[in-house]
Amino acid sequence: MALRFANSRLFFILVAASAVVASVSLTTAQGPGPLADPKSENQAGFPSTLYSWVIPPDNLQTPAKIALGKALFFEDGLSADGKVSCDHCHAPDKGFTDQLPTSMGIHAQFGQRNAPSILNALFNVTQFWDGRSPTLEAQIEGPVTNPVEMGMKSTDDAVAAIKATPEYRKQFQEVFGHDVNFPDIERAIAAYERTQLAFDSPFDKFMAGDQGAISDSAKRGWSIFNGKGRCTSCHGWNPTQPLFTDQKFHNIGVSAHNANFVPLARKALDVLGKTGGGSEAIDKLAIGSDMSGLGRFLVTKQPHDIGGFRTMSLRNLLVTQPYFHDGSQATLWDTIDHYNKGGVQNPYLDGGIVPLGLTESEEDDLVAFLASLTSPEYADAAKQEYDLQFKRSRTERPQRDAAAANGDKGRGPGLAGPFGDIGPAQSQENPALLGGD
Amino acid sequence: MAARHKSVETKYMEDRDAVLRGLRGLDRRTFLKVLAASAGAVMARSLIPPHTFQLVEVADAAPDKAAEATGMAGQPPFTFAYISDTHLYPRTVNQRFVRGAVKAVEDVNALDPQPDFVLFGGDLAQLGRREELDLGRQILAELKAPVKMMVGEHDWFYDLGDTWQEMFGPPNYSFDWKGVHVVVLMSVHEKDFWTARKMTPAERMQTVAGLDNGIQSRFEVGDDERKWLSDDLAKVPHTTPILVFSHSPLYKYYRNWNFWTEDAEQVQAILKPYKHVTVIHGHTHQMLYNQIGNISFYGMLSTAWPWPYAPTGLPPLTVQMNRADPFDQFDGLGDGRVNVRPDGLADKIYSLWDRNPVTVKADYLVSHGKVARPPAPQFASY
Repeated sequence: MALRFANSRLFFILVAASAVVASVSLTTAQGPGPLADPKSENQAGFPSTLYSWVIPPDNLQTPAKIALGKALFFEDGLSADGKVSCDHCHAPDKGFTDQLPTSMGIHAQFGQRNAPSILNALFNVTQFWDGRSPTLEAQIEGPVTNPVEMGMKSTDDAVAAIKATPEYRKQFQEVFGHDVNFPDIERAIAAYERTQLAFDSPFDKFMAGDQGAISDSAKRGWSIFNGKGRCTSCHGWNPTQPLFTDQKFHNIGVSAHNANFVPLARKALDVLGKTGGGSEAIDKLAIGSDMSGLGRFLVTKQPHDIGGFRTMSLRNLLVTQPYFHDGSQATLWDTIDHYNKGGVQNPYLDGGIVPLGLTESEEDDLVAFLASLTSPEYADAAKQEYDLQFKRSRTERPQRDAAAANGDKGRGPGLAGPFGDIGPAQSQENPALLGGD
Repeated sequence: MAARHKSVETKYMEDRDAVLRGLRGLDRRTFLKVLAASAGAVMARSLIPPHTFQLVEVADAAPDKAAEATGMAGQPPFTFAYISDTHLYPRTVNQRFVRGAVKAVEDVNALDPQPDFVLFGGDLAQLGRREELDLGRQILAELKAPVKMMVGEHDWFYDLGDTWQEMFGPPNYSFDWKGVHVVVLMSVHEKDFWTARKMTPAERMQTVAGLDNGIQSRFEVGDDERKWLSDDLAKVPHTTPILVFSHSPLYKYYRNWNFWTEDAEQVQAILKPYKHVTVIHGHTHQMLYNQIGNISFYGMLSTAWPWPYAPTGLPPLTVQMNRADPFDQFDGLGDGRVNVRPDGLADKIYSLWDRNPVTVKADYLVSHGKVARPPAPQFASY
């Protein structure tokens, strides 16, 4: 769903992919299983009010439409080579992702971004990592016609491919009262995607009053989440919006892992300034070069959006690994390590990203809390992945930088030397625990 | 399909269509002229316009009649940057504000072309200590462009300016720059409230640093410095554009927070004979602008924290910035630039760090809000 830019890094990605998720097969399309079924609204923590707001009046949910949408979601014919359906990158048994760093489309081409999950995507205020699409319906054209995803030359080609099956023409007649057209393909698939509700986690049961639903470690993690870890400042939870996202875009210093990020950003700003508004020039640059890391900026052309990506939900993270827009972090410990050291310093870093000074046991508690956000249908898979990640985290911590996390050293260009950050005072009590029970 | 939310792209395309529809009304010759002028102006300033397709700064690009009238025709326009109100504590006490100050320096150093100079708007330190001022001096030393220093009350009231003056020289001075006369004022003098109360320097500083207390007096330029200002301006023709830098706003906004200069009217009277006067001030930590008679006022952003707007007294011309995100250290903060036009008027760019930049044009102020109303700096909407 999120791929956009042509990519020539196939070999690199393949190597990285197999290294990062060695246990995961690259063949993803499994066909519909029970995990692909529409989900019940009868789940602990289900936000019924919010749900009523996000169903668009011009595309109400009906069983026939949902069934049609589901068939289209698994329809290989929507791709140019007849092999890549939506579930190719959004596989139900993988939390509606592909568990790859970045996704593979037709002819084994790789894009530049990590496939976001369909789970709870109906609640997203914008779609794609950079929010360039406003609705589930509108985003569908993106992957269908993107040359490195499903590769259709046009939406007309997609319509023609669907029309070739008489059964589809009949179903479109029944559901929409006319023959196949692309907006209705979009409506049907979006209606199916809106059935993928993912709540009912141990955490939801805990918040509903079941004290025993989550472990003590997860409870400590929830406290850190709301306090010392500052997680809640973007991944907020409340009963009407229990989504763990602020729906905004932030530069958390992920793109800046690449050394060329800042020069690239400066170049883009330069182009923007010199062309007096060169929206087209930026687009050209974005497609012709490795500018995917500039994120939201490519949509808004606003400097403060450089390197900004949408805040993702935190539910079912243990089936949607790896993490971040480029899939660059293999484990939740690596992901938290990234935040703990204050991200990777760059001139466009969001103001909320600061060294956290989390200890090892605090990180373990945070991961235990995140694990408690797993919906029941993924409990077994998540347990397995947790064990793998836990084991790995005991020996491999590429992002761990305790000195930076504790503010004992400057963090790279500009902030090095006499102006380096100092970290949170370790002598103070954990604010997350003050005033708590 | 009917989208319930308009995406950024949809709004962008709609806005762009509107602009292009408007342009169709122009004949080809004028259209090309406008386009070329726009591109030229943008290139000259390395401006990042609020909307990428807008034909920004067109008015600036055309040498206008006002410029000829002020005798400034042919004078190159110039740009200076500003950083203000860093409020540094020692690093061991507070690293957030250090981070803000460093970010501002990096921001300004990244400008291409570089500004003619960088105005530092005062309140370098939080409590006037040598350690704080020295940290600030080290950070500002990283700036590539020359720095013009201004003093704030937080720099002054621990030792009544001894350390600051030792480091940076006299607090009020003037210079001429590309046809503009620039005056830097020390506008935060206070009447002696400390001797009678037997206050220590630290107590005096803490009192001045507070809001809503009835102990300290109001800021003032004072008799001596007003005299100095009159003398300084005596040799300057009334057609010369005047730029005044002051830490406090040279008008009366909100008394209890000292968003206020007690002798503002008298200072304004000294500036009255001049055709174009622009006052750039610090202290208020917010987007703030005003027009009184011939004088345009612009407040600067802080790099440390944003103040809320005061309960009363906000100039009606100010388009308010909405509440800053408390979780985002940089929200509502920033630095900025001032483009001094060939006619001597000045446009101000608020480079908000975590929001879209906002340009406030002199045309908006001098027309008393009739034209060029700046947009409210909202968070990017969806």
